[in-house]
Amino acid sequence: MKLRTLARPYIAAFTSRFLQMLQYRTAALAGFATQCWWGGIKVMVFAAFYGGTAIAGASAPMSLADAITYTWLAQGLLVLMPWLSDPEVAQAVRTGAVAYDRLRPVDAYALWFARSAGWVAARVLPRVALMAAFAAVALPLVGLGEWAWQLPASAIAGLAFLASTVLALLLSASMVMLLNVAATAALNERGISAVATPVVIVLSGNLLPLALLPDAWQTVLLIQPLAGLMDIPARLYFGQLGGWHAVAALGLQCFWIAVLVAAGRFAMGRTMRSLQIQGG
Amino acid sequence: MGSLPLFFRLVRASIGGQARYPASALMLTVGQFLGTGIEVVAVWALFHRFGEVQGWRIGEVALFYGLVNCVFALADALGRGFDVLGTEFLRTGAFDRLLLRPRPLTLQLMGNDFRISRAGRLLQGLAVVVFATQQAGIEWTATTVAIALFALAGGVALFLGILVLQGTLSFWTVESLEIANVLTYGGVQAAQYPLALYARWFRRVLTFVVPLACVAYYPALAILGKADPLGAPGWVGIVSPVTGFVFLAAAFGVWRLGLRRYASTGS
Amino acid sequence: MPHILVDHLLKTYRISERDPGVMGALRGLVQRRHRTVEALSGVSFELQRGELLGFIGPNGAGKSTTIKILAGILRPDGGRVEIDGRDPFADRERHVGRIGVVFGQRTQLWWDLPVGDGFDLLRDIYRVDPQRYRRTRDELVALLHLERVLDQPVRQLSLGQRMRAEIAAALLHEPDILFLDEPTIGLDAPSKLAVRDFVRRANRERGTTVLLTTHDMHDIEALAQRVIVIGHGRVLADSPVEALRAQVMAERRLVVDFAQGAALPAQVPGATVRARDGQTLVLDFDPSVTTAPALIARIAAEHAVEDIRLEGMAIEAVIARFYAMHGAAEA
Repeated sequence: MKLRTLARPYIAAFTSRFLQMLQYRTAALAGFATQCWWGGIKVMVFAAFYGGTAIAGASAPMSLADAITYTWLAQGLLVLMPWLSDPEVAQAVRTGAVAYDRLRPVDAYALWFARSAGWVAARVLPRVALMAAFAAVALPLVGLGEWAWQLPASAIAGLAFLASTVLALLLSASMVMLLNVAATAALNERGISAVATPVVIVLSGNLLPLALLPDAWQTVLLIQPLAGLMDIPARLYFGQLGGWHAVAALGLQCFWIAVLVAAGRFAMGRTMRSLQIQGG
Repeated sequence: MGSLPLFFRLVRASIGGQARYPASALMLTVGQFLGTGIEVVAVWALFHRFGEVQGWRIGEVALFYGLVNCVFALADALGRGFDVLGTEFLRTGAFDRLLLRPRPLTLQLMGNDFRISRAGRLLQGLAVVVFATQQAGIEWTATTVAIALFALAGGVALFLGILVLQGTLSFWTVESLEIANVLTYGGVQAAQYPLALYARWFRRVLTFVVPLACVAYYPALAILGKADPLGAPGWVGIVSPVTGFVFLAAAFGVWRLGLRRYASTGS
Repeated sequence: MPHILVDHLLKTYRISERDPGVMGALRGLVQRRHRTVEALSGVSFELQRGELLGFIGPNGAGKSTTIKILAGILRPDGGRVEIDGRDPFADRERHVGRIGVVFGQRTQLWWDLPVGDGFDLLRDIYRVDPQRYRRTRDELVALLHLERVLDQPVRQLSLGQRMRAEIAAALLHEPDILFLDEPTIGLDAPSKLAVRDFVRRANRERGTTVLLTTHDMHDIEALAQRVIVIGHGRVLADSPVEALRAQVMAERRLVVDFAQGAALPAQVPGATVRARDGQTLVLDFDPSVTTAPALIARIAAEHAVEDIRLEGMAIEAVIARFYAMHGAAEA
């Protein structure tokens, strides 16, 4: 089969979910206000810490302006954080529709992956647009430019950032898939989510730029899979990773995507088989 | 059975219902502990790197942080009924059932869903207060304990008032009330740090509009025995928690308006 | 003094209307359009202590609104309500302590708690004397066959079990008045019979005043001495069940089973043929024109008949005919 024909069901799955979720505009708006507040407080706290000691400000691994931009980036891309399973999967499990997935002539994992990716992507776009409108456009316009979301370090940095964000989306989808499998296997999904959420927030860089965490932890922090969700794209944005380092960073994201996809496929295979045995 | 004993009875029934699923309750509590505790990681990391912020050391900031989290944990446990009023009571018609009981509404709502998992945030807050005591050398005398307890009470009243307002809103609108989270969770986030760090307009908001400063900042200063960099006299911290109660009373006034509206529209 | 007095109740709802679509939503932000619905346009009736009243009407007629006002949950826009000499809304806590309400679709018990624990909690909420409570509860449990249900959480019960537990819950504090809003909806036949039997007994033996709203006409036939028909927010009829039937339908029904092989008549003088099914003929006739014995004799004389059954007009038909007569079809 030609590649395009092969990919058709998955592209369709992604697109339909994407368009469907784009309709939920009010939800984006409601969360937006909360996120502006959140970002605002974080930014003020950063300013207080940085402003306090001039020496510390100079030797910190990132400048205040970068820390502020990072904060707004993190708020905009918040929905990339994979701490919830796809609600569609939970519902399919509840209604028993999950059984139909075995009857379709497509790879079940890939189908769910496409739909989950569409779910995440459709929620990220409006929020990132709103946050950009607020933090990158509105703030400078009212004279608060120092608190604003600055432009990327260079055009290439910007492009690298975009590529990395796409990879972050795939990475997020692969993690959401693991949660989906957990939901299908009727594991205590809410409990898992409750414990996973703080881990994700810290290790992705959403809580605090990873660079600001203690120096001794930096190596481990960069290698672990969650860094690819937020911190690696951000570093590319600031141009902190140039040339081969940038390629290595993107490669690291790809590596973790591959690992998590493999793990997800394995887990899903086992779960679906046991579902069949139960006659579900 | 009088009102107060009935309240405890309802709380006991609520906890009993959750305890039937012990694994879930435990995981949710641990999740809450971790989830609310990650902010501690952020605070700690920043102090680790920068040493201090505008003359405030980690032990002092920890006291603010710990107090606010303890306060919110308690208020959150009591106020969940108001928090989910729209979705769990009004939309399902279960609110009518509460009206059909010969007991005050507020009591029934407060005892409704006393979530065990809130203990996660409470434990985390207490741990941080212990840490603060050790780091900042806080002396827990009768005076400081009294100030802390009064601040705690005032703080719980304040946050409960915010939750009551949030619930009252749902009498008027069925739309998503996520925006109210700005006041509750956002309020916690803001009050975790000393007021002095923020810009003046923001300090004003936190003192006069939603008086978070009165239940956290000023009392904590009094406990630390630290002079206010903003110049307020020391006794402020001892009496300021009373504003929390005033806020709660005002919130109930608005609540009564909401009830009247419900009684005349029936939905 | 009547137990329940309702005088010219008025209730109007304002429903905000919005055009569909995005433009509609935006316009709705600026300008609110309202539609007024008169749910109650002057409902009046009285109930004496110990009466059992059936309340029927098409959906949207004002039944639920009336119940909510009587329960003290909703405030009327006009008119007067007095229950036991008190205004239910003004005196909420005292009023609701003396009534029991059963909503067919929703449970008042706690989802995760075993039924018995829920009962105990209600005892405390309603401040029932513990000894009296034990007696009442044991009686209710026996009458409603709830022994095995007591230690199960509500979420595990079948609908029939839940309804029986619900009724017991509403009576634990021995209320003077019982409001039942569609209590048999969705129940299987044995459960319906059990509920009806129980309500009848509660009314006759304890003298509990009962107000029952329902769509199930068999509930009415089994229980109600008196029926109020509500349509378009007004009382259309307030009379004993039989009187209602007589008012609406003079006709009675004759069902004739003809012998195998016998030819069925195309017409029967003095009656109208309503249905034909195999060897069975369904006839409607007006007894004041042709008496039942005369009609039966005429048919039996001219045809080979195996069985003849005489039926009253089904009450559904009576009520449907009544709605139609008063233009009170579903709002």
